[in-house]
Amino acid sequence: MKDIPVIPRAKPEGPLRPHERSLAALGMTPRVNRRAFIAGALVSVLPLATARATPEAMAAAIKEVVGDNAIREGRVTLDLPPLIENGNAVPLTVSVESPMSEADHVKAIHVFNEKNPQPHVFDARLGPRNGKAVIATRIKLGDSQKIVAIAETSKGEFFSASADVIVTLAACLEDLT
Amino acid sequence: MTQVLINAPKTAKKGEVIELKALILHPMETGFRPGTNGRIIPRNIIERFTASWNGNEILRMDLSPAIAANPFVSFFAVATESGKITFRWTGDEGFAVEESVAIDVA
Repeated sequence: MKDIPVIPRAKPEGPLRPHERSLAALGMTPRVNRRAFIAGALVSVLPLATARATPEAMAAAIKEVVGDNAIREGRVTLDLPPLIENGNAVPLTVSVESPMSEADHVKAIHVFNEKNPQPHVFDARLGPRNGKAVIATRIKLGDSQKIVAIAETSKGEFFSASADVIVTLAACLEDLT
Repeated sequence: MTQVLINAPKTAKKGEVIELKALILHPMETGFRPGTNGRIIPRNIIERFTASWNGNEILRMDLSPAIAANPFVSFFAVATESGKITFRWTGDEGFAVEESVAIDVA
């Protein structure tokens, strides 16, 4: 029995302050040890974060496309609303600055997500006959997350852009039919 | 019964960059959702969308379950010659739909 470690409770230092007295009167803990609170908060947040962690899956999917080439920021514009009410249909536009000529054009546009069940969204193959490297579509989002668009040029360069979105009603939760 | 909506100009100047929009009715069932009986609804999506201009492919898109139901795609093309723009969707359960629009390039 002696071996059980007893974590000493934070002793209230001095008398309760007025707002703490009112908390105690409502049956709440008037004073919370800051360290214990932070530890508790971490414990309650961590399992949630690990349960749906697929940023690694997204990184792996990107690696599959890009290989060992360097990805540069810029040239790509990823346009989607920052706050999404309904994750079932989210308008998304990817545009890439490119002359779209025979010698220099965007060969492919890849879009990835972090927290849907699968990291792929779409892969589009383009060419000089497109004139403009712009693709728009509507996607599903299962959670608030980061979306990454990667453009591959005919010269073998990779450019990327990313956007963080907040989703209030996630897709794929129930069968609405 | 498949319904397709295509928005493309009927005429264009040679060399002009035109916008093409295509929408198709399709559930895009992800294969991750349980149905009313509690069992997972099998995946049923369109896997590929292609567009060709007089037989020359101008766009090829591989879609995933993360594309919203009734997939909508908008893209651009250079008007090169008069003829036919063909849109083709293929997917699970033998889904294959083709739709063409005529365009006059002057």
